[in-house]
Amino acid sequence: MLEPINVSLESLNLITLAPMLIAIAGGLIILIIDLLNGKLHKSLYVMLTILVLFIDFGSVLGLNVNERGFFDVMLVDGISIISQLMIIGGSMIFIPLALTSKRFHEYSYPEFFALFLFMIAGFQFMVATDNLILIFVGLETASLSLYTLIALHNRANSYEAAVKYFTMGALAAAFFAMGSAVVYALTGSVELYKVAEIMATRLNEAGLMIAIFGSSVLLLISFAFKLSLFPFHTWAPDVYEGASAPLAGYMSVVPKIAAFVVSMRIFGMYIDLGVEWVRWTLLILAVLTMTLANIMALVQDDVKRMLAYSSISHAGFIMAALALNTTEGNTSIFLYYALFMFTNLGAFAMLWISRHKKRRFNVLHDHPYEKFAGLIQIMPMGAVIMAIFMLSLAGVPPFSVFWGKIYVMKAAVNAGYVPLAIIMGLNSAIAAYYYLKLIVYMFLMDPVKSVDTVYYNISKPLLIVIGLATLATVSAIFYIQPLMSNLYYMVSISNY
Amino acid sequence: MENILSILVFFPAVAGLLGFVIDKNSIRTYAITVAAIEFFLSLWLWASFDTTSASMQFVEMIPLIPDMGISYYLGVDGISLFIIIMTTLMTLIGMTSMGEMKNIKNMMITLLFLEMTMIGVFVALDAIIFYLFWELSLVPMLYIVGAWGGPRRVYAAVKFFLYTFTGSLVMLVGMLFIAYFYHDLTGIWSFALTDWYALIVPVEYPIEIFDGYYKFNIDLQMWLFLAFFIGFAIKVPMFPFHTWIPYAHGQAPTIGSVILAAVLLKMGTYGFVRFSLPMFPDASVMAITPIAVLALIMVIYTAMIAYAQKDIKQVIAYSSVSHMGIIMLGLFAMNAEGLSGSVFQMLSHGIVSGALFMLVGMLYERRQTKMMSEFGGIAAVMPKFAIIFGIMLMASVGLPLTIGFVGEFLVLLGFYQVSPMMTILAGTSIILGAVYMLRVMKKTFFGPLDKEENKKLKDLNTRETWSLIPLVAIVIWLGVYPKPVLAPIDNTVKALLVFMDRKARTPEAREMIKTAKITMNKEEAK
Repeated sequence: MLEPINVSLESLNLITLAPMLIAIAGGLIILIIDLLNGKLHKSLYVMLTILVLFIDFGSVLGLNVNERGFFDVMLVDGISIISQLMIIGGSMIFIPLALTSKRFHEYSYPEFFALFLFMIAGFQFMVATDNLILIFVGLETASLSLYTLIALHNRANSYEAAVKYFTMGALAAAFFAMGSAVVYALTGSVELYKVAEIMATRLNEAGLMIAIFGSSVLLLISFAFKLSLFPFHTWAPDVYEGASAPLAGYMSVVPKIAAFVVSMRIFGMYIDLGVEWVRWTLLILAVLTMTLANIMALVQDDVKRMLAYSSISHAGFIMAALALNTTEGNTSIFLYYALFMFTNLGAFAMLWISRHKKRRFNVLHDHPYEKFAGLIQIMPMGAVIMAIFMLSLAGVPPFSVFWGKIYVMKAAVNAGYVPLAIIMGLNSAIAAYYYLKLIVYMFLMDPVKSVDTVYYNISKPLLIVIGLATLATVSAIFYIQPLMSNLYYMVSISNY
Repeated sequence: MENILSILVFFPAVAGLLGFVIDKNSIRTYAITVAAIEFFLSLWLWASFDTTSASMQFVEMIPLIPDMGISYYLGVDGISLFIIIMTTLMTLIGMTSMGEMKNIKNMMITLLFLEMTMIGVFVALDAIIFYLFWELSLVPMLYIVGAWGGPRRVYAAVKFFLYTFTGSLVMLVGMLFIAYFYHDLTGIWSFALTDWYALIVPVEYPIEIFDGYYKFNIDLQMWLFLAFFIGFAIKVPMFPFHTWIPYAHGQAPTIGSVILAAVLLKMGTYGFVRFSLPMFPDASVMAITPIAVLALIMVIYTAMIAYAQKDIKQVIAYSSVSHMGIIMLGLFAMNAEGLSGSVFQMLSHGIVSGALFMLVGMLYERRQTKMMSEFGGIAAVMPKFAIIFGIMLMASVGLPLTIGFVGEFLVLLGFYQVSPMMTILAGTSIILGAVYMLRVMKKTFFGPLDKEENKKLKDLNTRETWSLIPLVAIVIWLGVYPKPVLAPIDNTVKALLVFMDRKARTPEAREMIKTAKITMNKEEAK
């Protein structure tokens, strides 16, 4: 006979689950509303989503730091709180982009918004636990929703993108499952803090290194897929091109924050255990990612593909910071993404306003450089804003990404990796070329006369989002201090 | 007005923002008024500047990012003071001398923003703030060259941007390393230059790689010196890095060339004075010979190229590079004459080459060509133009009683104490300069007036004349009586040398800078 289990409700600490449950409940409410009345306008769903996210944000803010809950599965430490806040915040900037002046297929489905909320819940699960199984569940919830979101954009290449992303994602998931299985076989636990304890006691056993090698290689491949690190990055540009511009911008930031938090927990653990080659592998991957993605970005004809490669290169920057495994390095991951988020979403939103429902600019590409030729004459304000985003991405001070870059480089120098800092600097110089190319097209070329102006898609919510992104990009110098010290505090109290 | 430096920096930027709402036809007057106010503000700065003191004045410090030790830290000393005045002056005169052009509104607003970034570079005392303005100054210049330039303007603009950007990123790593080093020693993060000055960067610095498997000492000062050198040398531009400048000058509109030659190039040499010399005295002394060789190549090689040019603007562009070589030589003479001469030469180079570019621009506006072969004998139809051009040309060559002579003479005098041989070689630059400049003079202004188009050329109009006359006045005034400018520079430079002497660790450096001290003592004895 089974023993009855006695668990007091307090010890479950259900409040740690509240943020995810709010997002899931919000998604369900949207589905129910659709069931009751199918003819409602998308603006309702957008606003509902924002409200749900708002409550979600508030509930995360209310969490106590360094608590466990729900059979010790949930872990609310500093990095889980800041990454959840960033995920929700990024989603809140993204979702108003659905309110374009032209109607687009995917945003007319209420399911889009429900799936979107489920995805956010998945990401929150990923970052708020150190249990490998729950990480896997969160990863899959989020990924499956994201595949569908991409496919909802009804373009031939969106299906291609979704299928490509799905296949790659499934492969990554399989690698993750195998990697965790090895970890479990080795230690008899799926909880990372226990895994670390057990491994630490058995480090000098002969067979263990091979097993660690096996598990970390499998996990590394899995996360290299998710983070689109070299040589597993090839899906990213195609998927970004297939997805709608805002979704591509979103994908280049928010899922990566979640994946970086998990990699920080897993690989940080390995490096802490003294498995130095994990660090070197990560460093080499990071350097290759930033360099090769930069070189690929140089030869792109399409701005969206260029931005896709550029965000891969930025991910390489962050990966290098992760490999340092210092508090400063880990802080820089969050700082960089907090700053990069606004600029990159802004840049993708600028692509979005130039989108036509049916007409493509040319057969091959939707956003070739020629489309932006002479933007300064057509829409001076737009050109200036886009130029600010580009300069920020290139790392020109005082715009936001510069501060992220300097912080990452400082972390590298402080950890004793001066050559890495120099490689980062040189990579920024290469990157400057392709960002500059867009500026050159916008400011120094004449408009392509055969095409009438390209800006159909402007609406107030879009302008508000772009305005917000511009403000955040330009005024970074004033808020960088509180942001940085808070992030540093949160990272250091969670012992990373 | 204790915060006059902030006003100097942000006044043009605010004015530039307001400029967006001003009508196209009035923008020129507006921008000139703003530049004039800015110029008078900089004169006021001079008037309230204590010329007897060698320390930083009008210091402002507001912590911006305390956790990283970055603060908004400005100050001015005898070296930067005159470069600032030169900047405001050349912006003002560049604006007034400018002819009609398309999109004048964008041009004027861009120039005002550029003025902000340039002054920002010269007043910044925090490395990150310096870097910020340094990088920002590229953007307006990119736009000026790229939007108003010649047929290959985009290539020239992008080349200019990328070259400087790459160099400065290496410099940024150097800055971060110094900050790290400072933190290592003191436990405080700081990017303030005055803090860095107190730091003695070791000549032998232990390095361990692969967990201490390899251990060796590196000359940290030399490496950091090199990191900064790459950033500054590209901007100067030193010899192997100079390839961007012929394109930039060749394609840039007149105003672009004026600002580029007069001010932007000075950022590089100013960087050497502000960063490299006081922070790395030993490495600087070690670098004297290689840098002097590069500078000599720059002086002689570009002078030869200048002689071979057919385009008047290219002659002036190369002569400007050639004279930058003299400035570099003076900076690394490590004695008071050389350094003061060098700083003075920065001013004279700014005024003279700026004026020459303006003159060529005026000629181009009239004839739509800059080829020497298209002219000849135009002194007869454009007497005022010919006279001013002649004066500027003589100043550029370094004729006594013009501004060019003072700086060049002092630099050569200073470097003579380092290496007489090299000084003699550098002295040939005066002869070479005279050769190619007089060739321009002869081919353009003298000889038969045989081209039909040239007979109808109009002489300078009132606006053009009056924008050039102040420059002529300065050229002659400072040529005859340079003391009001030279004395404060000399003061600051001597303090700098004493400071370097106190910091130098290697025997060679102490020896080198000691000679400087002896000459200084001699002067004081007199």
